[in-house]
Amino acid sequence: MTAIGDNDRRLEKYRRMQRIRQFETKAESIHAAGEIPGALHTYAGMEASGVGACMALRDDDYMVGTHRSHGHPIAKGSTLRPLMAELLGKATGVCKGKGGSMHLSDFAMGSLGETSIVGSGGPVAAGAALGAKLQGLDRVALCFFGDGASSEGAIHEGMNLAAVWKLPAIFVCENNRFGMSTPTSAAVAGVNVADRAHGYGIPGVIVDGQDVDAVEEAVREAVDRARAGKGPTLIETKTYRYRDHAVNMGRDLTPRGPEHDDWVARDPITLYRARLLADGVAEGDLDAIDAAIAEEVTDSLNFARESAYPVFEEAFDHVFVDRLPIPDDVLAHA
Amino acid sequence: MAKITFLEAIQQAQAEELERDPRVFMMGEDIRCNVFGTTTGFVERFGEERIRDTPISENGFIGAAGGAAMVGMRPIVDATLSSFLYPAMDQICSIIAKSRYIYGGQAKLPLVLRSCMFYGNSNAAQHSDRPYPMFMNMPGLKIICPSDAADMKGLLKSAIRDDDPVMSFEDGTCWMNKAEVPDDPDFLIPIGKGDIKREGTDITVVAIAGGVNVALKAAKQLAGEGISLEVIDPRTLVPLDRDLILRSVRKTGRAICVDPANRTCSAASEIAATIVEEAFEALRAPVVRITTPDTHLPFSPLIEKPLYPSVERIVSAARRLVGAVEFQSA
Ligand SMILES: Cc1ncc(C[n+]2csc(CCOP(=O)(O)OP(=O)(O)O)c2C)c(N)n1
Ligand SMILES: [Mg+2]
Repeated sequence: MTAIGDNDRRLEKYRRMQRIRQFETKAESIHAAGEIPGALHTYAGMEASGVGACMALRDDDYMVGTHRSHGHPIAKGSTLRPLMAELLGKATGVCKGKGGSMHLSDFAMGSLGETSIVGSGGPVAAGAALGAKLQGLDRVALCFFGDGASSEGAIHEGMNLAAVWKLPAIFVCENNRFGMSTPTSAAVAGVNVADRAHGYGIPGVIVDGQDVDAVEEAVREAVDRARAGKGPTLIETKTYRYRDHAVNMGRDLTPRGPEHDDWVARDPITLYRARLLADGVAEGDLDAIDAAIAEEVTDSLNFARESAYPVFEEAFDHVFVDRLPIPDDVLAHA
Repeated sequence: MAKITFLEAIQQAQAEELERDPRVFMMGEDIRCNVFGTTTGFVERFGEERIRDTPISENGFIGAAGGAAMVGMRPIVDATLSSFLYPAMDQICSIIAKSRYIYGGQAKLPLVLRSCMFYGNSNAAQHSDRPYPMFMNMPGLKIICPSDAADMKGLLKSAIRDDDPVMSFEDGTCWMNKAEVPDDPDFLIPIGKGDIKREGTDITVVAIAGGVNVALKAAKQLAGEGISLEVIDPRTLVPLDRDLILRSVRKTGRAICVDPANRTCSAASEIAATIVEEAFEALRAPVVRITTPDTHLPFSPLIEKPLYPSVERIVSAARRLVGAVEFQSA
């Protein structure tokens, strides 16, 4: 198969996948060293799913994601500095240190949240699509959710609403074969999540989640449909999570089988690199991208490290528009 | 008697009750793989029918616990973190809490809904809730929130044997605390009975869940200054052991309520109001609440940690109450 898109777009897909991989490789190692607090859920192995989907979107389209939040903003085009700073809990972070690893959400890039309550993004995407429609904008809203999340009522309710109102929404189930320690087969009734689309009377599409071009093509078709007022699509990207549910937790609870090696052998970045080379892209160009991204990651980490932590008063910002009053006894001992 | 952790106490209580009563079974996300050590050996011992991993669908399986209970089972649901109760508010509040009442006593719902309050670890606002006060405001749900291993075991066993729905809020800051815990399979702590964790004369400190351990540290420190705290752990929030609290306040004449929940309508608020209504004549100073303020919990650790009740906040409130420093309302 020949890579889709003009040369710039092809290289951009490669670049964004590499950017996710290298960003997270660095994050995982500094998390192990204690520099990132809280839990870290990495996207390694799933890069083609996020990048393929987001490359089919415009910058002003909306996107909602999950606790596995690092890949989505980078796929949509966010820069690394505010993301790395957020992981370190710094005031310069994209959420000012309020959200951390599970919530890397860049609203400037169309994000409406990376929400860590499983399934809770479904209604948000339906609502954003409704808002766009009511405002007469031709924007679409894309909802990433996991195979595990497909069992939540909120996902079903979001899809049903979008279908019954023919909203410009795209639901992308990133089926990475597990929800924590639970294999998809033990939690999802029926063979494929995408099969549920029939129940809503909308298209259900299954796509190779390791093939960035295939994902882009499937999502583009859904986006075209949505913009044309024909309603939502459910797309299931068959993909794989390489690392533990959350990294550096001591033991991997994932019940992996012998197919693990087959998945790793179909690494999305390696596959795409091979396709580009076969298409005649010069190896040196790809190496140059890799090297530039390594520098971006280092730069983002330096920026994050040099940034200040939020001051205590900021804990009382953003509950409402106006800062909350801070109780004296709390302030006195902060 | 053996010295075990809070988590081991949960494991023992569940194992003993699963052993004792074939109607008891467990459901929850990823419980078979025993992430926290509360289901060690359960699949081998009790089988997969009784130890059930669920899809991620809280409203579904928590509601299903209600249905199973109505037909004579006694489910224990492990909802993992308390924040994950919210998707199930519908079934908890409309079905589980109300069915006995609405059907005039015909429905019985003997189930236990366990969840951990996992705060103070940079898990950000969606994972750090301490939501028991919301459920205190919903009649029909008994609530336990013990602070030590022995209480945890005895109360959880009582909860499993209780014929009403019981929510168990387990404080993550207590998980590794060890205590001597009886291994008598009928060791029970009655639901609705509080405990005096430390006797004292100057100030009654009513502390909730992890707040108890913070209060005990403050009491130790203040003893060196000649200020004597009586630390009371209600252990159960619904029903609340009002008598124990009021008796203590009538003795000391002062009260501090320590509660890791958010301030407004907290357990501390309810306890403070009860003290003011019922023991006003005994009070020599205002009743003080030491809670988490009404903000969400941020990810960034330096601004998260100071939000919770601390030894320092209790100590300075206590000094003010006994007049060691001038009183100013907080
Ligand atoms: C409502 C809710 N229930 C449970 C959890 C705990 N939890 C976090 S991630 C996860 C697994 C999610 O699986 P999936 O949707 O497949 O996403 P993946 O982690 O595989 O990306 C669970 C159970 C949660 N965050 N929210
Ligand atoms: Mg999954």
